[in-house]
Amino acid sequence: MERLLDNRNVLGLLFLLPAALLLLLFLTYPLGLGTWLGFTDVKIGRAGEFVGLDNFRFLAGDAVALLSVFNTFFYTLVASVLKFVLGLWLAVLLNERLPFKAFFRAVVLLPFIVPTALSAIAFWWIYDAQFSVISWTLMKLGLIDRYIDFLGDPWMARYSTIAANVWRGVPFIAICLLAGLQTIAPSLYEAAALDGASGWQRFRHVTLPLLTPIIAVVMTFSVLFTFTDFQLIYVLTRGGPLNSTHLMATLSFQRAISGGALGEGAALATAMVPFLLAAILFSYFGLQRRAWQQGGADR
Amino acid sequence: MRGQAADTAGMGYLESLPRRAVTLWLPLSAFLFVLLFPFYWMVITTLKPNEELLSREGNPFWVINPTLAHVKKLLFDTSYPDWLWNTMLVSVVATALSLFCSVLAAYSIERLRFRGARYVGMAIFLAYLVPPSILFIPLATMVFQFGLFDTRLALILTYPTFLIPFCTWLLMGYFKSIPYELEECALIDGATRLQILTRIVLPLAVPGLISAGIFAFTLSWNEFIYALTFISSSEVKTVPVGVITELVEGDVYHWGSLMAGALLGSLPVAVLYSFFVEYYVSGLTGAVKE
Repeated sequence: MERLLDNRNVLGLLFLLPAALLLLLFLTYPLGLGTWLGFTDVKIGRAGEFVGLDNFRFLAGDAVALLSVFNTFFYTLVASVLKFVLGLWLAVLLNERLPFKAFFRAVVLLPFIVPTALSAIAFWWIYDAQFSVISWTLMKLGLIDRYIDFLGDPWMARYSTIAANVWRGVPFIAICLLAGLQTIAPSLYEAAALDGASGWQRFRHVTLPLLTPIIAVVMTFSVLFTFTDFQLIYVLTRGGPLNSTHLMATLSFQRAISGGALGEGAALATAMVPFLLAAILFSYFGLQRRAWQQGGADR
Repeated sequence: MRGQAADTAGMGYLESLPRRAVTLWLPLSAFLFVLLFPFYWMVITTLKPNEELLSREGNPFWVINPTLAHVKKLLFDTSYPDWLWNTMLVSVVATALSLFCSVLAAYSIERLRFRGARYVGMAIFLAYLVPPSILFIPLATMVFQFGLFDTRLALILTYPTFLIPFCTWLLMGYFKSIPYELEECALIDGATRLQILTRIVLPLAVPGLISAGIFAFTLSWNEFIYALTFISSSEVKTVPVGVITELVEGDVYHWGSLMAGALLGSLPVAVLYSFFVEYYVSGLTGAVKE
């Protein structure tokens, strides 16, 4: 027994056991089970049978499901681009020499700490059709002549939910990129400045290339979590108006849990997997390659 | 690192003051205003009496007759205290469980270097990329079959699925920085691996443990979709789910108490965060940088 515990392979697996058990049972198994459920017609309270690709065929002809796919892509694309641009900008600002820098950095991260479901309630009230503070301000400034229906109009609702998502995501990206910025040696900027590079050129040819690896990782995470977002939409619109803000995650919840069609919901959730893999591969390898082309370290 | 950070804006003195005001302070204040406004709005709405809330006259940015009626209603007329207790219980237990599993797993992967450790490390990272939105349906059927539906145990057992991968990944980074020599000395002195872990590695990795713990606690506190799916009785709900599902009655929105609920539910994590900002940030950036 003593001898066995000295063996690093045996001991290693023993130490790994608690984590492995939990993850295999509640992560790996359900991942497989979910895929399987997508090929059955299980309903809540009724065992299902294997129906092959029926669920997917049905979803492919279902206007609401297709709309949710479009919405998911639109939401992810617009929100990610905005989060990246604003996050990078904020990171650069915070990287300047500032008084109370630690305080600023701490405060900036607050939207990311607070439960999304709860901050979404604040946005719900801010977006209220009758008492929105944004509408009130714009009215007083004389910019609009009636209250904006933030969550009642399909396109307005899409942009409003995106804005709330960006609000929550920018701090995460900014703080991560700030950590990356702080590792760039100031001597590089000085050398570039001596060579006559302008502020923009220094940013474009020194900061960006050196930051690319960390941008790749951060944006992969960001795209992933935006693509599978659920809470924000569930709280703000429940997918409405006219399903215009339904994401694949919220629609699969509606179909599977509220509607009881577990198989159909699972098929919709499973359909996210290839998109997710593609998003991960694209942002990861795409940006990795750019790092290499621009002379960054090949990791 | 610290010295470098101070020098990063080393050429800042080249910029004139007015220029700095436009390129730095103006956008920074705009960012701060937008990022913090919703919190201000939560506080103000919580304190406003209903007449002020539902009036378009006057200045909405200020409160004329502040009242604690909404907070009182929330604490005494709803199950809110129960939800707070549930969230606290589930978050603490899930965090402790995940930390226990992650410490062992991270030590095993990073230090025991058993055969295949590298691949297990990769698998752990991939596990972190599996989002709850594609797991909640199969997990719901499992929770039902195990007879765990509508119990706190269902949440305690499922939260580690996203906590363990993150904590393990974070702790692996911390363990990596502890010199091998320390362990070798202990081994020569006849210490067992478990003794090495508890007496040498863990005391040195305390910052990592705090980071992972804070992070896991915040993630559990914020969790929504599992709690929404696996829980149906009011007395076992967590704060985010309780506020969303129980405080909204039909078309009548009690904005005051809704906002009070959001505010009180955010406070615990915000306070915890304010005490451990540095650990939190290092955890966040450490996990991304690996």
